[in-house]
Amino acid sequence: MALDSKIPEGPLKDKWTKHKNSINLVNPANKRHIDVIIVGTGLAGGSAAATLAELGYNVKAFCFQDSPRRAHSIAAQGGINAAKNYQGDGDSTYRLFYDTIKGGDYRSREANVHRLAEVSTNIIDQCVAQGVPFARDYGGLLDNRSFGGVLVSRTFYAKGQTGQQLLLGAYSAMNRQIGRGKIKMYSRHEMLDVVIVDGKARGIITRNLVTGEIERHSGHAVVLGTGGYGNVFYLSTNARGSNVTAAWKAHKRGAYFANPCYTQIHPTCIPVSGDHQSKLTLMSESLRNDGRIWVPKKLEDAKAIQNRELKPTDLPEDQRDYFLERRYPAFGNLVPRDVASRAAKERCDEGFGVNKTGEAVFLDFASAIIRYGKEQAHVRGLNEEDDSLIQTLGKEVVKSKYGNLFQMYEKIVDENPYETPMMIYPAVHYTMGGVWVDYNLQTTIPGLYAIGEANFSDHGANRLGASALMQGLADGYFVLPYTIGNYLSDDIRTGPIPTDTIEFEEAEAKVTSEINHFINNKGTKPVDYFHKRLGKIMWNKCGMARNEKELKEAIKEISALREEFYKEVLVPGTSDEFNEELAKAGRVADFLELGELFAKDALVREESAGGHFREEYQTPDGEAQRRKEFQFVSAWEYKGEPKDAKLHKEALVYENIEVKERSYK
Amino acid sequence: MSGFLKSSIGKKIAMALSAFFLMVFLLQHFAINILSIINPDTFNEVSHFMGTNPLVQFVLQPILIFGVVFHFVMGFVLEYKNHTSRSLGYVKNNGNANSTWMSRNMIYSGIAILAFVVLHFIDFWFPELNTKYLIGDMSGMHNGEFRYYHELVEKFHNPLRVGAYVVAFIFLALHLLHGFNSAFQSVGANNKYTKSLKGFGKAYAILIPLGFIIIALFHFLNNTH
Amino acid sequence: MNLTLQIWRQKNATTEGKIVEYPIQDISPDMSFLEMLDVLNMQLISNGDSPVAFDHDCREGICGSCSLYINGEAHGPDRLVTTCQLHMRKFKDGDTIFIEPFRANAFPVIKDLIVDRSAFDRIQHSGGFISVNTSGNMQDGNSIPIPKKDADEAMDAATCIGCGACVATCKNSSAMLFVGAKVSQYALLPQGQVEATERVQNMVAQMDLEGFGNCTNTGACEVECPKGISLENIARMNRELIKASLKS
Repeated sequence: MALDSKIPEGPLKDKWTKHKNSINLVNPANKRHIDVIIVGTGLAGGSAAATLAELGYNVKAFCFQDSPRRAHSIAAQGGINAAKNYQGDGDSTYRLFYDTIKGGDYRSREANVHRLAEVSTNIIDQCVAQGVPFARDYGGLLDNRSFGGVLVSRTFYAKGQTGQQLLLGAYSAMNRQIGRGKIKMYSRHEMLDVVIVDGKARGIITRNLVTGEIERHSGHAVVLGTGGYGNVFYLSTNARGSNVTAAWKAHKRGAYFANPCYTQIHPTCIPVSGDHQSKLTLMSESLRNDGRIWVPKKLEDAKAIQNRELKPTDLPEDQRDYFLERRYPAFGNLVPRDVASRAAKERCDEGFGVNKTGEAVFLDFASAIIRYGKEQAHVRGLNEEDDSLIQTLGKEVVKSKYGNLFQMYEKIVDENPYETPMMIYPAVHYTMGGVWVDYNLQTTIPGLYAIGEANFSDHGANRLGASALMQGLADGYFVLPYTIGNYLSDDIRTGPIPTDTIEFEEAEAKVTSEINHFINNKGTKPVDYFHKRLGKIMWNKCGMARNEKELKEAIKEISALREEFYKEVLVPGTSDEFNEELAKAGRVADFLELGELFAKDALVREESAGGHFREEYQTPDGEAQRRKEFQFVSAWEYKGEPKDAKLHKEALVYENIEVKERSYK
Repeated sequence: MSGFLKSSIGKKIAMALSAFFLMVFLLQHFAINILSIINPDTFNEVSHFMGTNPLVQFVLQPILIFGVVFHFVMGFVLEYKNHTSRSLGYVKNNGNANSTWMSRNMIYSGIAILAFVVLHFIDFWFPELNTKYLIGDMSGMHNGEFRYYHELVEKFHNPLRVGAYVVAFIFLALHLLHGFNSAFQSVGANNKYTKSLKGFGKAYAILIPLGFIIIALFHFLNNTH
Repeated sequence: MNLTLQIWRQKNATTEGKIVEYPIQDISPDMSFLEMLDVLNMQLISNGDSPVAFDHDCREGICGSCSLYINGEAHGPDRLVTTCQLHMRKFKDGDTIFIEPFRANAFPVIKDLIVDRSAFDRIQHSGGFISVNTSGNMQDGNSIPIPKKDADEAMDAATCIGCGACVATCKNSSAMLFVGAKVSQYALLPQGQVEATERVQNMVAQMDLEGFGNCTNTGACEVECPKGISLENIARMNRELIKASLKS
């Protein structure tokens, strides 16, 4: 099947308006005869569920958490971008579009990104009307902050909990519709398969996580808002429950999976403290505004610090290597996420890491404290030579800017970051790849849609800060509700989809058989044992830097691990009870397949772009080297084993933007 | 307003309003009692006024009785409801980590106060009713003098009674230490005065019961010679 | 560190539960409390026993899933943290730790330490929203200036993660801190004023229907709340209900 992205004709800035004007609509009276299934209730799924229910469709929403409010969108800290230009600093729809394409290293679709930039302003208005308490300035107007890699202030925020507030906004819109009976909410339900009837997605099979019951649910369309697959690395900033299962089952039923190797690795996370670690915690990107990143210059000093024989504060200034400032004098510590992450990894690989595992670098606020302290002393007319006074004043300023982050760090690491430099290390944070969708957000299966992080469309090879929230809400509130109508307009006479058909039976039997396999396997090792091993392979061979040899090894190792998993996995308990191990087994089984496709995608993409860095393809001074012949989306078609997946290419055409080299020197 | 008392918050506000009334009453009662130390004659005059004024007797007194009954009936109703909203309790619960003993045991301090009220009625109120309305002697006189002060002094001869009063007032203090500010919180008062009000509440909760204790002890000690 | 765990085990909602003792060895003080339970579960699974079921997800203190009553306190002895942010360094070698589910009749146990907190969702369905459609044609976000103080206070109330520690801690199993926070968020913003009367009445009615107890102002919820939601929110809800009752 040839890929058709269905991008409307015409000038870029008119495409979305024109498309909205020309697509089919469903009469309000007919909408109540149409059922839409939405899987996942984060920003994308939640906002889509609320909007479709408002429009009059019967929505059935599913989430594996105990409440829609707990979806992992809630953990987003920094903010949400919108081209409001409230600051009058030259922002515009075009500039947001341009920044996003460039930030994505020229690997995303122009038309989708422009639409995203267009609707971004509506999101803010919508959320304000819903009662989202965005930060305001003393005049009572909405406040903005600036975020990595752009030249304007366009990020709206609610303290350090923007994701939480936006999700609670979408959740409140859902609550209204649940109260009206337009959304039927199924929490603690996990989707385990998509049901295809006559080539169209017509339902899903779910497992009730409390009772273990396998259920059939039918609808005229199915929407996946099930998030990213960062947990394929085992350790990531994702929630423990975040998984690829829904997207992967859709892939196995015919939906193409696009660019799986594009993964964002965030530089400022709290390092792994030991093998017991279950989760990595992100520290906001904003810390790099004032923190300086360094490791010791000499290996013996690094060893001494690792063994706690030397305190970092005792190492003289000229013995420190501020490697980002050294390599990127122009941007210094504020280079984009992918660049900062790789540079830290390079130093640690050379043995300069600073914690006991050797996988951490320092993020030091000592000079910021002195700088702010002197400034304060000067402003208040105090003695600028008094060191202890400077320290006190400086710490006050740093506390007012980053107090909550410092407190979080102290709780986790048990070190006072005002006195000794923080230790940080990159961690998997977001996946730009996902289910392939066309301009209408429809996958290659008619009637199956993917929105938010679950799809691939807007961020290319690297996502800019504060853009994930924007995309999730844009898809759910303002894009999908239009485009899905075009598809559903054919279904006004279809009537309810029966669930007693052969297709549902077959799908249910498949799900049941996999569950029975896990329960009856009685192997020797718990699920986490395999998940951790998969994570290690992914991190070591498909992580921040990749090469042909290791990717080939990874494919083999993951394949072998998968075989071992099916033979040796031990799932306690039964299938008809609350059984977290059983749920995890199913998720890890899918990660074990996705991981292999991930490695294959990375192997095939013989270039470096954004979050994908191939060691063979770098400039002489170690920077990412994009290649013109790889200016396409890799969309993979399932053909049995992941390694047999078939590649389809969607060429990326840039008509409104000049493709340039990124440089931060 | 329909159904206001049916809602949990309605009940709690009603509880607070009756508490305000009782706290005002307590203050007034204290003010009169302290006169028994300062000036027995004034004490007698005021007591007579309170005991015979129709407005006090037939308007304020029934309201007061209603207030007392309402406060403890509602107290029991709420306690029952609250108690039954967790049928299986914790094996280990560390209440002291997050709240005061007083706040968690209002029902017990309340029951102690209720028991005292019964004793107090038997001591003073029932004999009063008997004298005034059954015997019909509204003069307030005994052997040519006002009887109130003498009756008071006589009651405090008994060390057991004095002891019971002292204990009861300690419970009253504990009840008020939480109850005073709790009542303000219940009616939604939480503003810039809250902090000073908290201090005032503490002072009220300790000083008023302490005053009552001093009065009881004063009369006891004064009369043992 | 070596510890003795006393954990509530209950097969499902209909069977009776009991405390079971589990000794556990070699716990690192750097582990989070949930990572310590992960270690226990790996051991239980390897020994053919059933692992301890507990709710958890984000493990960074924001999703509100984790919900343990540890040594007699919701989310354990540390302040302003959820269970997933509690670290083992808060305990001493040789300690005995009691771990129980959040208890309230409105939060029935599903299994072991997992309880059903959907009562919170139903309270939200009854009025925890502002009735606007997502047409995208709203008035501009800056058309109604909101005083910074009000916006900040609304944000403080909105910080609630819906974990239920307030209910678990309250001797009366009262949900008023949770409901008060939601009512306050909307009461503080002009957008929320239009439906203020119905909102507070409906949410309080649903709260009562769910079987939560009444607030007696012990203040325990505020102390144990991992997000530091203030009692002021309960006072504001009380005011809102008085206002609403006078109006309707």
